[in-house]
Amino acid sequence: MLYDVSIDGKNYRLELNHADGRWSCRLDGRDFEVDAILARPDVLSLRIGNLAYEVKSERVANDLHLWVGSTRFAVEVRDPRSLRSRTRTGDDHGPRKVVAPMPGKVVRLMVREGVEVEAGAGVAVVEAMKMQNEIRSPKRGTVQKLLVSEGAAVNAGDVLAIVE
Amino acid sequence: MFKKILIANRGEIAVRVLRACHEMGIAAVVVYSDVDRAALHVRKADEAYPIGAPSASESYLNIHKILDVAERSGADAIHPGYGFLSENAKFAQACADAGVKFIGPTAAAMQAMGSKTRARQAMEKAGVPFVPGTSRGVESFDEAEQVAARIGYPVMLKAAAGGGGKGMRLVHAPEQLKSALEAAHSEAERSFGDGEVYIEKAIVNPRHIEMQILADERGNTVYLGERECSLQRRHQKVLEEAPSPIVDPDMRRRMGEVAVRVAQAANYTNAGTVEFLVDQQKKFYFLEMNTRLQVEHPVTELITGLDLVHLQIRIAAGEKLPFKQDDVRLRGHAIECRIYAEDPDNNYFPSPGKITLLLAPSGPGIRRDSGMYEGWNVPIEYDPLLAKLIGYGTDREQAIARLTRALSEYFVGGIKTNISLFRRILRDTDLRAARLDTGFLDRMLKRPEDKLVDSRAAEVAAIAAGLFAALGSTEQGARNGAGSGSRVADNAGSNWKSSSRREALH
Repeated sequence: MLYDVSIDGKNYRLELNHADGRWSCRLDGRDFEVDAILARPDVLSLRIGNLAYEVKSERVANDLHLWVGSTRFAVEVRDPRSLRSRTRTGDDHGPRKVVAPMPGKVVRLMVREGVEVEAGAGVAVVEAMKMQNEIRSPKRGTVQKLLVSEGAAVNAGDVLAIVE
Repeated sequence: MFKKILIANRGEIAVRVLRACHEMGIAAVVVYSDVDRAALHVRKADEAYPIGAPSASESYLNIHKILDVAERSGADAIHPGYGFLSENAKFAQACADAGVKFIGPTAAAMQAMGSKTRARQAMEKAGVPFVPGTSRGVESFDEAEQVAARIGYPVMLKAAAGGGGKGMRLVHAPEQLKSALEAAHSEAERSFGDGEVYIEKAIVNPRHIEMQILADERGNTVYLGERECSLQRRHQKVLEEAPSPIVDPDMRRRMGEVAVRVAQAANYTNAGTVEFLVDQQKKFYFLEMNTRLQVEHPVTELITGLDLVHLQIRIAAGEKLPFKQDDVRLRGHAIECRIYAEDPDNNYFPSPGKITLLLAPSGPGIRRDSGMYEGWNVPIEYDPLLAKLIGYGTDREQAIARLTRALSEYFVGGIKTNISLFRRILRDTDLRAARLDTGFLDRMLKRPEDKLVDSRAAEVAAIAAGLFAALGSTEQGARNGAGSGSRVADNAGSNWKSSSRREALH
């Protein structure tokens, strides 16, 4: 099995094979001796050589993070043979989504469709846990679309607006 | 003794009180709002009653609904926890009128302490040391100007009815006074419905140290030692410890005796906390009294060996304090971390949502008071406190070491928590040297974080990412691996092999 893995934006080519009850692993051309068990859902006990690691998997909406000890990594895994997963990310050109970072209630919209916004400008105010939080535009551009109205309940990852 | 206690709260403190009830053979009745049906306190209760809409004013703050549940359930006492109705004198009075015992002070004692200015007048008579300033709200800008000039800048403006930093303004120079006074006044009016503002001398880089007291209903009052609560963010406590690293036995005795005088001046009963500001010369000034059980009470429990909730219940039942001041002995050191559902990497945004994975620490010297569980949805409606992790050791160094170790075991997946903030705090050199004041956390957070970069960890993550993917999905993998986790490590590899072999046969 061949994977393109991105860890905090850095790309790795990973080859994993499972034969005779053993994993063989090649990461960017280097071979590793790997022994893995799932201790419980989302928790992998990993031995690389004789070094032991506990790796936790955390998936929220479409974001995947892995924790090695207390260090958190943003992870994307692509099967290079699969066209479907060849998505472009981190692209500053083209439309960008303004996303609710947590569930809450939209108490105020700070822009209208069609207005120009700077990167970091407030787009909406979402209230959660008695705190009002300003959700900001990820880039400079025009507010193409507002997808929520004031008073709406939103979940983490919901798109509030599109800025192009 | 009571047969049945109603717990008028939610979250970790409801669970904490419920545990004390069960330890004492008392049935625990809880209440819950519409979004808290699945909350831990409901799962653990003997009886649970719905009290309506999520908004606190419709549920946990609704005196009528809570007293109605007390009557229907036949509870003989109510424990209010902290927050919500715990410092509401009207509620304490309503309980008394309804013939159900309020586990806490009387309404009259609460009223005496509830207003900072009124408390101050009573305390001055009892010889309690105050920060120089006015004991009444200022009537006019002219008066404010005169007072500020007399006590000297910088001065602090404070809302009489205040708390949590609302209605507070620090004023460095006379020309800032007018606008600060207006802002404090209108903020106090908006937040508390009471615009009264008073002036105090601002203590530069103070420590916040508080004294726990207990008073029975037969006139006995004792102090149980202090807690150092200087680590605060936006005037909210983040980490607390007991004892304070700067308080020696003589200072403890003097602070404790003042705290006892404060309580006695108000005919105070049950558990309470007297807060002090301490300046750089270790002079201490009375700040306010909290008329409830504090969030951070566990650190006092660990170093005194006492159970404050048991004692609260016994005092409310009319029992005499089972020990005298001279019997109180402090032993060891305890530190508490408040685990909040908030994102330290994103300006401390609240982070409610579903907890997908929860790995909880344990082991020597670790206490965990938690209101969460794996699979639970943290609601958006309430305070983001999820749990308290407390480390205990023979000395401060060991308590820090144990807490650091426990934090590395603690994992909450699916939502963001401030666990990583505590790792950073506990390795800070000033924290380790106990150089603490209320500005500590703001200063620490302004410094860039020295992230421990580990390129090997990134490679481990890359390999693990592939392995998780190779197992299909994490859920799929969980089914494959289920049961293998309990085996000893030596067998783990072969166990994995056999389960994948089994799958290959299908």
